[in-house]
Amino acid sequence: MAENLLTVTNLKKVYESSTGSVEAIADISFEMNRGELVCIVGPSGCGKTTLLKCIAGLLKPTAGTVRIDGTEVTAPPRNMAVVFQEYGRSLYPWLTVRGNVELPLRHQKLPKDERNRIIEDALEAVGLAGKHDSYPWQLSGGMQQRVAIARAVAYQPEVLVMDEPFAAVDAQTRADLEDLVRALHRDRGMSILFVTHDIDESVYLGERVVVLSSSPTWVQEDITVDLAPERDQISTRALPRFTELRTHVYQQVQRAKRGEAVRAS
Amino acid sequence: MSVVNTVKVPKTRRGKRSLWVRMGESTLYAFGLPLILIGLWAVWATATSPKFFPTPAELAEAFVDTWVGKSFFEDVVPSLTRLGVGIIASIAVGIAVGTLVGLSRVLRELVEPIFEFFRAIPPPVMIPVITVILGATDSTKVIIIVLGAVWPVLLNTIDGVRGTDSVMKETARSFRITPIQRLWSLVLPAAMPRIMTGIRQAMSIALILMVISEMSNTSAGLGNRIVYFQRNYLVAEMWSGIALLGLVGVLLALIFGIVERRMLRWYHGVKETERG
Repeated sequence: MAENLLTVTNLKKVYESSTGSVEAIADISFEMNRGELVCIVGPSGCGKTTLLKCIAGLLKPTAGTVRIDGTEVTAPPRNMAVVFQEYGRSLYPWLTVRGNVELPLRHQKLPKDERNRIIEDALEAVGLAGKHDSYPWQLSGGMQQRVAIARAVAYQPEVLVMDEPFAAVDAQTRADLEDLVRALHRDRGMSILFVTHDIDESVYLGERVVVLSSSPTWVQEDITVDLAPERDQISTRALPRFTELRTHVYQQVQRAKRGEAVRAS
Repeated sequence: MSVVNTVKVPKTRRGKRSLWVRMGESTLYAFGLPLILIGLWAVWATATSPKFFPTPAELAEAFVDTWVGKSFFEDVVPSLTRLGVGIIASIAVGIAVGTLVGLSRVLRELVEPIFEFFRAIPPPVMIPVITVILGATDSTKVIIIVLGAVWPVLLNTIDGVRGTDSVMKETARSFRITPIQRLWSLVLPAAMPRIMTGIRQAMSIALILMVISEMSNTSAGLGNRIVYFQRNYLVAEMWSGIALLGLVGVLLALIFGIVERRMLRWYHGVKETERG
């Protein structure tokens, strides 16, 4: 049942520059199964984005490997889509909502009907049906991020990688977008790797939470979130188990910040 | 799915009557000052009858006599054709070379010193050289125009292409968009605001060089006529040529404005949203 999808093995990233080298990631290893929703949390500046870029094939790791379906990632893989934090810089302002969603499909040889169906479906999935002809800059931040998610959905990836996607939107919009991610996972069986600095968010969304140490980074803890798959902003967050998990992750992140946790190597 | 609301984009939507009022206002603004100046000039020229300045009426008469009819086809049309060809060639060469150089760091470091050298040469000094090679032909004049007008397009394109947002580039990479697709759907649109700035500068340089390229070695063209009238003390005719050049400049600016607003609708929209 649990089929391996993504494997990160002893990943290490050192940034070389004229002023010396900085070790951003020391040694990260974790696995992710098909159909899982895994959240990655860690103190700020712990190299979450670096890790994500290595996984997405946008950055070459100094050592270690990332494998998707057993194949080593050396360039952006076909079966992965990335949703960036900065939706304002990730969407192309000269394209309409439809044009942006169509972007990853343009160079794929698809029949026109099929392409239209995919675009409709993706916009439907994020609740933006009927917004085709708007431009991104005419929409609110939350809606722009929905467009970015629709674009990723239209690409039809096996795994959706999201880099702090809701960091720049207000709390209410954020709750709606979290439920959207849950819905994509539940209804479409999408595998999602969700990077966040928000502890509540990681517990609410994830089936597993991977806690990273501060930089140079390693995996401090890998926690299974044993909450029911049906989650609700009010009742789930009020569960004693949610509070327990949240407190646990919070303590781990605090330890990571203070650099107390010691790697068992 | 919850209901989300759209940010209101500022639109200048007003009543029908106020549209007419506004159109009247803008017409008044556009023509008000020129009309006042023409009025002052008419009073001054009639009162003092200066030697080197015709009255508005004389100028208008000379304008019609000089440029309407045969001369329109023999002087004005060829001049404007060379101007148009020169501008289009400058834009094409500037964008093509600028994109290549902007995309490649190696190429950029290789050609930048050469660009600095050639850019420093004033195009009019090349007139004798190119005339020796190609003769007093249309090609010579077009080349002179391009030698000056290509630079703002070229340099702005390089900067625009270089400045493509890193997240936008990563987005294209992560969706495995092909290089040619990337050029059309990312690099060129992103550089377009800068390219347009370059084109605007190129147009005024092109107009200047069109006139200069016609001032020697030719028997026709706007620049040639103006020099001819000057040498024969045809003061009103000379001024009418200068007025015509001004009108050509206004026309170019109008065409540019229309094209720019169409192509950079998104850019103005983003700017307007940022201003709130």
